[in-house]
Amino acid sequence: MSLSREIDTPDIEGSLAVKPTVRKHVLDLDDFSREEIEEVLDSARGMKEVLGRDIKKVPALRGKVVVTLFYEASTRTRVSFEEAGKVLSADVINMSASGSSTEKGESLLNTGLTIQAMGVDTIVIRHPHSGAPYLLAQELDKVSVINAGDGLHAHPTQALLDIYTVKDKLGSLEGLKIVIVGDVLHSRVARSNIWGFAKMGAKVVLSGPNTLMPPDLIRSDNSIYRSTFSSRIEVDTNLARAIEGADVVMALRLQRERQNAGFLPSLREYIRRWQVTDDLLARAKPGAMVMHPGPMNEGIEISNNIAHGGSSVIEDQVTNGVAVRMALLYHVTIGPSQQL
Amino acid sequence: MQERQIMNQEDVRRALTRVAHEILEHNRGAEDLVIVGIHTRGVHLARRIATSLLEFEGIDVPVATLDVSLYRDDLGVRSQTQTRLQPTDIPSGIQDKRVVLVDDVLYTGRTIRAAMDALVDFGRPQQIQLAILLDRGHRELPIRADYVGQNLPTAIGERVKVRLLETDGTDEVALVFEDIYAEDSEDIGQEE
Repeated sequence: MSLSREIDTPDIEGSLAVKPTVRKHVLDLDDFSREEIEEVLDSARGMKEVLGRDIKKVPALRGKVVVTLFYEASTRTRVSFEEAGKVLSADVINMSASGSSTEKGESLLNTGLTIQAMGVDTIVIRHPHSGAPYLLAQELDKVSVINAGDGLHAHPTQALLDIYTVKDKLGSLEGLKIVIVGDVLHSRVARSNIWGFAKMGAKVVLSGPNTLMPPDLIRSDNSIYRSTFSSRIEVDTNLARAIEGADVVMALRLQRERQNAGFLPSLREYIRRWQVTDDLLARAKPGAMVMHPGPMNEGIEISNNIAHGGSSVIEDQVTNGVAVRMALLYHVTIGPSQQL
Repeated sequence: MQERQIMNQEDVRRALTRVAHEILEHNRGAEDLVIVGIHTRGVHLARRIATSLLEFEGIDVPVATLDVSLYRDDLGVRSQTQTRLQPTDIPSGIQDKRVVLVDDVLYTGRTIRAAMDALVDFGRPQQIQLAILLDRGHRELPIRADYVGQNLPTAIGERVKVRLLETDGTDEVALVFEDIYAEDSEDIGQEE
């Protein structure tokens, strides 16, 4: 680094002790340190203050272009990314697979190259195939890539907003017991949350029917099993026992579009055994909070009472999602140029 | 790197006391005042000034905090951009108030420009005034301070280090400069 860059900036000299983290892409939480997660959460808190103002607009990303590239349906993730970008004054362009050249057979990579050639700064991508965001991150050198959900693999922005929500309500995740209930097998939310919650010091218990427990997580060659967090992750297919003394209960959406392979005897049996209800929640710690990444199948994985009851923080999750996505857009946009 | 002390603990205390008196004199009291500290050290200085105002006039002047990162014109340009936001909190509001912005060092003026842009998003103050512990010159924008702890002519290559009790365990302002006789002095003057 040349001397001239250093002397450009001394009006803030003395006020900076922390070296900023340089991050270009957000693909999953496995490459986030606890320190960096804390940094994102702090920034998200600042962003939430912006969202509470009369004038919800700051000029931070003026002149930057964000494209949301969605190959799968989404309400909250896409809308909250769009809101996040617009509040930060970025120009946000929404693109979905239907109606685009994808229907004419254009490959993901060529679509990515086309978007990059238009001078876009950040691509937010959701794709049904695990690893799609990694392909873009690897092949495109001028844009930042944010994973908004890829196949069964990861959904890091959801995990960060879940961590933010828990921390906001309970102060810290250290030593908490967090139970994730239901269709873990098909859940990218659960996969990212396991990394996030465990890194923040919580104990994560996965519970659900045996057929919907993820073999990749139980297998000993999985990277999470080789990480230092493996002792904080547990599988317990007895829900009543799993939920005992929990601080947080997270119900996952039963992905009915993926249930035709005989994972469940019947929907009724699933509801009877695995629905998060008042009775079950009574076993958790008093004041335990209930989360759901949405969209909910009310009356299937979660009872109507619980979904809209006092212990539910499901709407807070949505609100916090905008703030967390603002923080991430801000970090990836101002981060990479520091490598110049 | 060498350091030369410009202000010691007593100097900082006296300068802030004088600034507090000047604020009272200029505004004929502390009516309608809001002290807004710019993160990080400006916030601590703002609190100290407010404490002095309470001591001198018995008026509890509201203190607000401001993070100007989202308003900077040099995001990603500077090498030291801080990504971690700090809380902006303006509990009293600033509509029709006399706002005194407080920061530790006044240099290019870009931080103050960003701070003024941020402030007007919160309302229309009657006035914005600026209090600075150390003015080191080299403005890039037409901005000046109303209250100055100390003026210090500096060279562009020099750096100013402000240490405060709250963040660094001591009150001190120091000038940091390259030791031209040191062995690694070859780097000097290589800027484009």
